[in-house]
Amino acid sequence: MRAEPDGQPDRLRRFATIWSRAVFPVTSTSLTRPEFEEQLLPLARRLSEALHARILDLDEGRAVGAALVAAHCTDPDALTRTLDCVDAYLVLYCGGDGDQEELRARSSRLQHAMAAGFAGALRQRTLAEQEAISAAALQAQGVVAQALHATEARFRAVFEGAAIGIGIADLEGNILQVNGALLRMFGITDTMAYGRRVQEWTHPEDAPQTWKLYEELVRGEREHYHVEKAFYRPDGTVLWTNLTVSLLRDADGNPQYQLALMEDTTERRLLNLRLRYEATHDALTGLPNRTFFFERLEKALGAGRGQRYGLCYLDLDGFKTVNDSLGHAAGDRLLVEVADRLQACATAPGEMVARLGGDEFVALTTGADTEREVDELAARIMNALIAPISIDGRELTVRGSIGIVEGPAGERSPAEVLRSADITMYRAKSAGGNRFELADEEADARAITRHGLTTALPAALDRGEFFIEYQPLVHLGDGSVRGAEALVRWLHPQHGILGPDRFIPLAEHTGLIVPLGRWVLEQSVRQAREWRERYDDAGPLRINVNLSPCQLTHPGLVQDTVDILERAGVEPDALCLEVTESALIGADDDLLKPLRRLAEMGVDIALDDFGTGYSNLANLRRLPVSILKLDRSFTQSMQQFPADPVDLKIVEGIVSLAHSLDLAVTVEGVETGAQAEQLRILGCDTAQGWYYARPGPPDRLHELALVDATG
Amino acid sequence: MERPAWAPRSIDISVPSVSRIYDYYLGGSHNFEVDREAARKAMEFMPGLPKIMQANRAFMRRAVRFAADEGIDQFLDVGSGIPTFGNVHEVAQSANSGARVVYVDHDPVAVAHSQAVLAGNDGAGVVAADLRKPREILASAEVERLIDLNRPVALLLVAILHFVEDADDPYEAVAELRDALAPGSLLVLTHASYEGIPLPAERAEGAVDVYKDIRNPLIMRSREEIARFFEGYDMVEPGLVPPPVWRPQEAPEDEDPYAFSGFAGVGRTA
Repeated sequence: MRAEPDGQPDRLRRFATIWSRAVFPVTSTSLTRPEFEEQLLPLARRLSEALHARILDLDEGRAVGAALVAAHCTDPDALTRTLDCVDAYLVLYCGGDGDQEELRARSSRLQHAMAAGFAGALRQRTLAEQEAISAAALQAQGVVAQALHATEARFRAVFEGAAIGIGIADLEGNILQVNGALLRMFGITDTMAYGRRVQEWTHPEDAPQTWKLYEELVRGEREHYHVEKAFYRPDGTVLWTNLTVSLLRDADGNPQYQLALMEDTTERRLLNLRLRYEATHDALTGLPNRTFFFERLEKALGAGRGQRYGLCYLDLDGFKTVNDSLGHAAGDRLLVEVADRLQACATAPGEMVARLGGDEFVALTTGADTEREVDELAARIMNALIAPISIDGRELTVRGSIGIVEGPAGERSPAEVLRSADITMYRAKSAGGNRFELADEEADARAITRHGLTTALPAALDRGEFFIEYQPLVHLGDGSVRGAEALVRWLHPQHGILGPDRFIPLAEHTGLIVPLGRWVLEQSVRQAREWRERYDDAGPLRINVNLSPCQLTHPGLVQDTVDILERAGVEPDALCLEVTESALIGADDDLLKPLRRLAEMGVDIALDDFGTGYSNLANLRRLPVSILKLDRSFTQSMQQFPADPVDLKIVEGIVSLAHSLDLAVTVEGVETGAQAEQLRILGCDTAQGWYYARPGPPDRLHELALVDATG
Repeated sequence: MERPAWAPRSIDISVPSVSRIYDYYLGGSHNFEVDREAARKAMEFMPGLPKIMQANRAFMRRAVRFAADEGIDQFLDVGSGIPTFGNVHEVAQSANSGARVVYVDHDPVAVAHSQAVLAGNDGAGVVAADLRKPREILASAEVERLIDLNRPVALLLVAILHFVEDADDPYEAVAELRDALAPGSLLVLTHASYEGIPLPAERAEGAVDVYKDIRNPLIMRSREEIARFFEGYDMVEPGLVPPPVWRPQEAPEDEDPYAFSGFAGVGRTA
């Protein structure tokens, strides 16, 4: 603070102090009073100088009035107090010795000018501040508008880019806005959408509550609803949607618009129907499948009192042969034809036909009178199969075996019924096929072992329940061991060791013979290699493995055999495949081709059980066999002494014929030394039988061979 | 329905704003009739309201000078409102021309006005943010540009905390700001209170109700509650006191009785 000197300046300071004290309470300045006084001091000086100027300058008064506003004395009271103060003290403190009247007049005119200056400045300031705050408000609104615009642009992008259909309508149902996804779903353009009403989009499949919910929503009684709804497209196709409709309210909560969100479920719906169909129908024949059949059977068995069921379980006779000889495509066509015929047999209400798999079909009849109906149904089926089926120009005669189960509902489970039918069908098949049998409990029990073995077979192979025994083949000339025949056994967990006669026919029937046969071949060939490695001195040991008719026709036979030999590192001449005579009866060149291939490679082919069948001697020439195995029935008669001379003649003849065709002769079932001697004299080459050794584990052969080699 | 995050608040100048009401109390014309109407209504109950505001402004001025004298040259003024005169940057930059000031307000009009006022002042900036979200303040570009949080800052919370309801956790917000400040920083704070008002509390409540009506409720807190905002700060002499009593330049006895309403204080972080 600058100290004023005494005298005039001191009086000026006192005036400013009085002025500031008067005005300070009505200012809104944040200055302290002394600070405020410092702001007034120059104003006081200007007034004082104006008072004494040669010519009164009223602009000075106006400037001081305006300066008050700049010092935030905007309250009108600040002016009143200022003018009061100037009026009372300006002349008193700053007048000096001048003409008092003149000074008072000047002070008065200065006050008028100050008032005008204050009013003018306050007006300017008020207008400027109003302008500023309006500009700020506008600016802020501009920012918000921009943000809103960005928001709206984002919303629009969401609306347009959404994968779901979005539509907005008013409460009368007039469509106001729809997005691209909705247009695409409906297959319409936006001009086709606008001007339409929601209520026009009805569909016969609308659920009863659909439009009730709609009415509740537009009345404001419901905020939203969700339905599955169909729409017609302009091209007449149907659009299925998951539809969610929401009510939009205005700021005051009054209903304003309705918003629909829809998801196109047409394809999903079709897919569901299709999946349901595929899950319940057989792809090949279009018949209901096992799943569907079980559902129906379950329903039939769970039906009320007095309701009965009748079931025909059909398995085609000899279908495998068709499949194996004509190929799967032909087999499939046969199944389709059979399916069509069966379908035509079961057209009455409560009847159905299904394919369980393979060549197994079932026909079901339900109602009160199935005891009679099921017999008729079986008869119709047998009849339907009588006419031959033409496949690739061949007329195939199809026969079937049917197991029938009939009974009252509510007693047995679907699985029990089906098993009984299955067993009964096998009984029909065992009885020669082409017939139907009625289930009876005793027969069920008898069949159960055969049935049980059949069903246990596949798992038995996986579980390693099979094993192989070897029976030595001995050279009749010098008594040396030349090889062994591999004989498969089944160590059944309940029934003990089962011979091939118990399960090979079952394996043939189920097709398991192919993997089982391959397994036997693998094991045997591996054994042959082991013998060769460990026991080379005893000369080449050969392994004989049986081939079933089914394996013979299997397309993989040659390749499988080659693979197995190569993998084991065994020469083809170490292997002899035994084929039964009956399997080759009537064999055409196609069937013989794989055997020829194998023979060309060096694998020996033996004709097994020779003499039990047709024994077409002339046929021998064209078969690729190198060994004849005489059936044991020939050797049996030689156990007596003296042997039947006729039998001897026959054997002698066969041996001589065989030798003339370059075939070696092996005899089976040699049980005595006399027999062996007799057969040696007759010219047989090798023999096997209990006289030498029973079938046994591979090690036994070592022992025999060793004895033979050292002895 | 909850407003989605991306929908901006709209500006409705037909709704009174506390910043513009404050300006009106201080004799300004940065206000609209709705603001003046609310202000006049409040003044019917408490005619001395302008004096309270003036005392707040005077305290703030003294406190900023104090801070400048202490060597502080960074100021963060949260709830700055509409700067008419005697603003922080004027006071601070007159003491130290290199002083930097960031104003924060959540009223978009106040922010726009501040931007206009501060145009051309490189040492001052405005942030549109809310005290209830301190992280947004601290992470703003202007704070980043103008304030070095590794050096002491004067944080001004003048006449703002009484607009933050307990449900919005004002103590947490103040603590979060405190934790972001370097040691030696100052908290400059004023807060409304029934204590010190030269009127029966029932009458003062009339004015409080006006703020409730304009949906900007005024939360009157006791001295004790206000003192809790200084947790983690050492109080600068004379502590938490009526605004005119804080380091006055002349005898506070001359002050208007209304000026003693509420409390003011300055704290320093250790």
